[in-house]
Amino acid sequence: MSIDDIRATIKSYVLEEFLPGENPDTLAYGTSLINGGVLDSIATVKLTAHLEERYGVDLEANEMSVDNLDSIDSIAALVQKKIDAKA
Amino acid sequence: MTYAELAANVDRLRDVLVALGVRPGDRVGLYMRKSRASVAALFGVLAAGAAYVPLDVGAPLPRLAYIARDCGLRLLLCDEDLAEGLRALIGGAAALGESIRLRHGGLRLLPVPTGLEGAGARPDLPEGEDLAYILYTSGSTGNPKGVMHTHHSALAFVDWCSEVFEPRPDDVFSSHAPFHFDLSILDLFVPLKHGARLVLIGEEIGKQPRALAPVIADEGITVWYSTPSILTLLLFYGRLESEDCTSLRLVLFAGEVFPLKNLQALRAIWPRPRYCNLYGPTETNVCTWFDLPEGELEAEVPIGEVCSPDRALIVGQDGGPVATGEEGELLIAGGTVMKGYWNLPERNAAAFLVGPDGGSYYRTGDLVRDRGDGQLVFVGRRDRMIKRRGYRVELGEIEAALGRHENVVEAAAVAGRDADDNVVVRAFVVWRGDSPPSLIEMKSFLTGQLPS
Repeated sequence: MSIDDIRATIKSYVLEEFLPGENPDTLAYGTSLINGGVLDSIATVKLTAHLEERYGVDLEANEMSVDNLDSIDSIAALVQKKIDAKA
Repeated sequence: MTYAELAANVDRLRDVLVALGVRPGDRVGLYMRKSRASVAALFGVLAAGAAYVPLDVGAPLPRLAYIARDCGLRLLLCDEDLAEGLRALIGGAAALGESIRLRHGGLRLLPVPTGLEGAGARPDLPEGEDLAYILYTSGSTGNPKGVMHTHHSALAFVDWCSEVFEPRPDDVFSSHAPFHFDLSILDLFVPLKHGARLVLIGEEIGKQPRALAPVIADEGITVWYSTPSILTLLLFYGRLESEDCTSLRLVLFAGEVFPLKNLQALRAIWPRPRYCNLYGPTETNVCTWFDLPEGELEAEVPIGEVCSPDRALIVGQDGGPVATGEEGELLIAGGTVMKGYWNLPERNAAAFLVGPDGGSYYRTGDLVRDRGDGQLVFVGRRDRMIKRRGYRVELGEIEAALGRHENVVEAAAVAGRDADDNVVVRAFVVWRGDSPPSLIEMKSFLTGQLPS
């Protein structure tokens, strides 16, 4: 599992669930998702639940900070870290 | 924090506020996260005879600056780390006087200017018709409007809660709603009246369903009060089966319709507590309620019967009462109803009607019908206000915000429902420019205009 795969998974989920009809090119890996208004609190919960299920990891409440979840890059890094810790 | 500690902090803050020139009838803003300090600050403002105006720490600063100007805040109390944003706020609000910073989580008052010490004579207790608080809600023209409640109207609600929920000193109440949301009135005042314990649930934890069930279990919460949206999040993502939440005796919800399927599922996991649906716009506070019977639920959960401090009329388009069972607009008069909107005389004139009993009835804008047994059922809205996750949203406010984008010529917002029956808002714009706007760009723009 490479971090690129994780990023691509997050991107397609965000586009499909929260940005229907959006041109995929406008969603960069560094785009601000929470501060930019793309993910609200409920969308964030749905996204993290999806990633936990998909990758078999468990995100702690204190890891669900805006810093950790504000971009595809930072979310992917968090998920990668959890996968590595599990291995 | 014990009640003795709370009282000591409240007394001290009251003295400082009075020394700083706060007088009965003044408005004092609270720009603070939920904390023991902000609870003490809120009661300190009331003890000084002033009205508190809670500001949403997550809302865009231009919106807060508007509120500060609109109600002419005499003073603003804020968390120390929010001071920078505060300066921007004050910059746009010339009417603001001095401000006190409170350290998050603890009460630390800046020194009172020399010459003022000891000047704080204890103010007279507020009269019933004096303002207690102003809550700002979404306004259809794009500016939020301030709903004024008095000590009388707040107390009518609190006393009603005593009557129907029979709170005890050993109860443990949740405080999930932020203080700028009117669900907080129950949380703040009912446990205080009965010497019960209040568990503050901060903004961050409050949005994380997995963190909430452990709070209920560890703190032994007996009375939970939130929107159905939060309970639904708890149900789906809260891992409720792995936490012992049997301390709950009362689950109260308000702010929006609870989808029946989710409510049933929640009751299957938490079968013990009593469940009540509380209804009422910020303007009337809770004015009807429904005590859910045990067993299977019917197709729709009613908003229920009129609360004892209030009276209701259901009127048709001609303003006359409808026959029982017919749909009409719900009007409410009585003890829990607001004094009016702050500084909006025309809106106040339109918001109230004189009823056949001579009472002043607030037009809720909600369409309801009487099931035939005095239990009211919510049908829909008369205007363009919607409820999303328990919060009121005027579609007109969204349109006004979109209209402030330099490339938007015209905007329209409509509400619909998604596959899970959640309310969703869709917006359409007439766009000037070569390429169409991206959703990300527009969402980001609106984040700076509207509360999330």
